[in-house]
Amino acid sequence: MNNPLKKLKQMIMRASAKSGEGHIPSAFSVLDILWVLYDKVLQIDPKNPRATDRDFFILSKGHASLALYAVLAEKGFFSPSELENFGKFDSMLGGHPDRNKVPGVEASTGSLGHGFPISIGIAMGLKIRRSVRKVFVLIGDGECNEGTVWESALLASHHNLSNLRCIVDYNHSTDRALAMGDIAEKFKSFGWNTCAINGHNHKEIHNSLIKKSDKPMAIIANTIKGYGAKSMENNPAWHHKSPSPEEFNVLLEEMS
Amino acid sequence: MRKQFVKTVESILEQDEKAILLLGDIGVFGFKKAFETFPDRVFNIGILEQSTVGLAAGLSMQGFVPVVHTIAPFLIERSLEQLKNDFCYQNLGGNFVSVGASYDYATLGCTHHCPGDVGMLKNIPGMEIVLPGNAEEFDKLFRQSYANGKPTYFRLSEKQNSKNYEVKFGKAEIVKKGKLATIIAVGPMLELAMMASEGLDVTILYYTTVIPFDKKTLKENSESGKILLCEPYYAGALLPEILETLSSKPISIESVGVPSRMMTNYGTACEHDEAIGFTYKNIREKLLKLIK
Repeated sequence: MNNPLKKLKQMIMRASAKSGEGHIPSAFSVLDILWVLYDKVLQIDPKNPRATDRDFFILSKGHASLALYAVLAEKGFFSPSELENFGKFDSMLGGHPDRNKVPGVEASTGSLGHGFPISIGIAMGLKIRRSVRKVFVLIGDGECNEGTVWESALLASHHNLSNLRCIVDYNHSTDRALAMGDIAEKFKSFGWNTCAINGHNHKEIHNSLIKKSDKPMAIIANTIKGYGAKSMENNPAWHHKSPSPEEFNVLLEEMS
Repeated sequence: MRKQFVKTVESILEQDEKAILLLGDIGVFGFKKAFETFPDRVFNIGILEQSTVGLAAGLSMQGFVPVVHTIAPFLIERSLEQLKNDFCYQNLGGNFVSVGASYDYATLGCTHHCPGDVGMLKNIPGMEIVLPGNAEEFDKLFRQSYANGKPTYFRLSEKQNSKNYEVKFGKAEIVKKGKLATIIAVGPMLELAMMASEGLDVTILYYTTVIPFDKKTLKENSESGKILLCEPYYAGALLPEILETLSSKPISIESVGVPSRMMTNYGTACEHDEAIGFTYKNIREKLLKLIK
């Protein structure tokens, strides 16, 4: 496993274990994508995260917040020690991210299907302002059950938002409820460019994120929920569960 | 009010390059000129109200001042979670202008009625609610508040008061001073309330902004402790504000508003007014009962 990510995964697990909160498998599902975004792609200054001339990342599946917090902390948006307060009454870091509390968080998300329409507005705003900056939004396959996802897909295509990238964290967690099938084909039929990648392969992630496109582009990232911790991978029992001290050690062992 | 809405927004689009108009596929013909003059700031987004409100939040994050317009139930009831999460929770400014009010689209039936809008929005902290009494008042209130950085709901209605007042956002007007009771008339209910109280020595307070609620004016003009609340939406939405404002003394309250039931008749808005007691006679009876 990539070293920085091992450290981030441990931060995520510690924050969850300490608070008894958090969606670890969802965070592990998107962590590689978020890391590549903040490490190599986004034009954003951690010391001035609200600078007008910046790229935007919206975590529409807000329950993966621990991954975002770990990456933002590692990149210097705030101190990693903040994660020790995750979920506490007066913490700035909650189970879902709050844009008015956390430096670097662009939108307060949580209820699924909200971040994507917001990202459409940001992309339209950038276009009106004739800015060359880009908007990246990450949604989950479960989130794709929401009607607003497909409303947004229509809007992005109609308004030709070529400055927008929608990354779909396709870990198949919703297959047991409402399977999404071929998500790339669906976006394509809505007028988007699409590509499919291994959502844990940094080179593939990077190439897809910097790819030029004359239309909005959907990046279907095939991922494993709980990636890297074997007993957690694709195990629904872990969806919203924090590890006990014993489980914590087992998971650490698995991740090494 | 709809024609004035077009005029006001056209003028604001001209003056303020941050203003953006988003239509839910209604009022498109009326804004023909605006579409031509400001093609990059006037959009007929389509019939997808939830995403339109979310999109508006994104534009607000980019420093724009969105004005979202469609029929009340679609703007408010369908998009309620977006209004709560995307605007109020995130402290973003935006304007939501509805038509249809409680039952202006009487013939179209319950799906197009929205007497619940004010009560629902009142339960989202941070949302401002404005009910102009006529076209000129809409113009004044909108200009005063559209760019105040808060989410603000403007409820346009077919029912209008014929007289104009120098309305101020967030402030109630004292229309008349009297001793026997205080009438709180909200937006287009003023005219009826005035007719109903003719010849009676009562105070009339005219509220065009209901949230934030002007407690001060009520507190200073309710000596009798007898309150008649006249609201054009589901009855009683403002009762908590009244009780909180006047908590230090015993009060009697009568209320006129839309009753809590599905209004399954069609016909005209006037027929609905008659059926639910939005009449001079009914309001006067309630007032007389109160001051007896």
